[in-house]
Amino acid sequence: MIRDFFSLALKNLRHRGIRSWLTLLGIFIGVTAVVSLISLGNGLQLAVASQLGISANELITVQAGGLSGFGPPGSNVVDPLTQEDADAIEKLSRVENAVRRNLNSGKIEFNDRTQFRYIGSLPNNKEDRDLIYTQLNIEPHQGRLLKEGDFGKVVLGYNYYNKPAEWDGKQIVPGKSISINDKNFEVVGIAEKQGSIITDNVVIMNEEDMKDLFDFGDEADIIVVKPKNKNEIQRTKEDIEKLMRNRRDVDKGEEDFEVSTPEAALSTVNGILAGVQIFIAIVASISIFIGAIGIVNTMTTSVLERKSEVGIMKSVGAKNSHIFLQFFIESSLLGLVGGIVGAVFGTIIGVVATLGLNSFLGTELTPNVDFLLILFALLGSFLIGGIAGIIPAMKAAKQNPVEALRG
Amino acid sequence: MKESGDKKTIIELINVCKYYRMGTNIVRAVDGASLKINEGDFVAIMGPSGSGKSTLMNIIGSLDVPTRGKILLDGEDISTFSESDLAQIRGKKIGFIFQSFNLINNLTAKENVMIPMIFQGYDLDERNFRANKLMKLVQLLDRMHHSPGELSGGQQQRVAIARSLANSPEVILADEPTGNLDTKTGATVMDFLEKLNRNGKTIIMVTHDSDLAKAHADIVYWIKDGKIEKITKKRNGWSKDHKKKLKSLKGG
Repeated sequence: MIRDFFSLALKNLRHRGIRSWLTLLGIFIGVTAVVSLISLGNGLQLAVASQLGISANELITVQAGGLSGFGPPGSNVVDPLTQEDADAIEKLSRVENAVRRNLNSGKIEFNDRTQFRYIGSLPNNKEDRDLIYTQLNIEPHQGRLLKEGDFGKVVLGYNYYNKPAEWDGKQIVPGKSISINDKNFEVVGIAEKQGSIITDNVVIMNEEDMKDLFDFGDEADIIVVKPKNKNEIQRTKEDIEKLMRNRRDVDKGEEDFEVSTPEAALSTVNGILAGVQIFIAIVASISIFIGAIGIVNTMTTSVLERKSEVGIMKSVGAKNSHIFLQFFIESSLLGLVGGIVGAVFGTIIGVVATLGLNSFLGTELTPNVDFLLILFALLGSFLIGGIAGIIPAMKAAKQNPVEALRG
Repeated sequence: MKESGDKKTIIELINVCKYYRMGTNIVRAVDGASLKINEGDFVAIMGPSGSGKSTLMNIIGSLDVPTRGKILLDGEDISTFSESDLAQIRGKKIGFIFQSFNLINNLTAKENVMIPMIFQGYDLDERNFRANKLMKLVQLLDRMHHSPGELSGGQQQRVAIARSLANSPEVILADEPTGNLDTKTGATVMDFLEKLNRNGKTIIMVTHDSDLAKAHADIVYWIKDGKIEKITKKRNGWSKDHKKKLKSLKGG
């Protein structure tokens, strides 16, 4: 008999006006938000983390200015770090090695095209260079990485090789020559794809070459620190902070520099994402709540409009429970329709956004289409529709048949 | 056959009253009505509007419960039944035909006919089979997949007749069945009712049209101000014991 009520409800839904469907907007938006968010899910975290160049290495980075902590530091730092800072850090007992790095924006020219990109320095010393290779997690895709004494040579991020369109269709491969700030450099290697707009677009060159180009002297943009014991990253970080407070003469809590660990960076990313997720969850809850009220409203109207139908049903033998079931199921199905449309749109948004991230940022994320989640979302919207329908369905069921027949 | 006195009583009303409160007034819509309807009778309940005939019909059809009095359906007092029990009983034993057809517009003609069967628990195959048979009976096989809005008034009323027969009820209650139809279509509908009656169905028709009542019914109850004013029988005109019977009914 339940099946008959489902088919009756479906027939009734087919005859619903646009007004009924508009009330589903709330459920639709709620489910869309939840499903698209989860479909992006880990992809979002991966994307943010990789975009910010965060990898799971055991290195500590020090930056001046108390800026955001990620990415290429700005040029507007009042009191920049120096080589001496790096030397002092390296003398700390828990520190094995400390390497300064410089990042600058430069004008890159190739095949009569000009692009402005970041250029990162690479130490001349092998031990220091290996540390930076570890930090950047870099491997050659074509050619080789820089060696000691590789002056006038550069290694380029994957996008230089992968996106010939940026260079008027000509592909940059090892052996080609490019101009950086009007000086020619030979490309010796292309780095493996990293999935980050920073590292995939970077130019890596010897520190000495870079000094010639940008004249930053002893100043450093970041200092990369390798602790002796990777289990003591936190202690090492505290040591560095203490040292830097002394060197820069600032009190605790008023630091004009930042010492960050991969865990801290990742947890910052996760914190941001959690905030976004909570926000979307709140928006979703509110719209689902509004959607539920919409269903209550449209079902109540429907009960009033179909008063005589209730009378007819009762006159041909429908019990109160039958009438209740009919409206209850119809309301549940109404919710389910909102859920289905929402799940479809949510999945589409999730997939399109992931593909969009991949194509714009060069990441390699796969959309996370979670069928269990979709099933739960559909079940949830079915239940919400049902719950919203309880009171209207009770009203319908309780009607006196004679009065109902009068319409 | 119809005049024999030992027919089974299918519906009996004993001193039934239905009062409504309207503001401070009490409206006595039905005020002490007693009647007996036998199996196979074609009964008309006649009265002007506001006479209480519709209320009486609702009570006979177990759509409404009386304020006072007893209703025996097949010997069982249903005046104290719960709404669900009443629904079950009316679904099984009583078929309704209304003046305004009262079909559900979202459903096709055939689906309308199948609805009462759902509540009696018939499965889909059985429902299909019975509905086809009934649509054939009312000569609408070719129109059965149309929605009521696509049918003429007469056709809609024939669908309603088919629906009233869905669960093979013993009694058909027709409330002004020709009220919304022209004379000719009305006559067709009445022919159907006559045919059902000849096949043994008990027909109770409510009407304000005395010609219609006299033309078709075996027994006519005349209602006025909630009371049964007189009873006439076809063929014999006034029955011999009418006065006595009327007196006893009124005395309740």
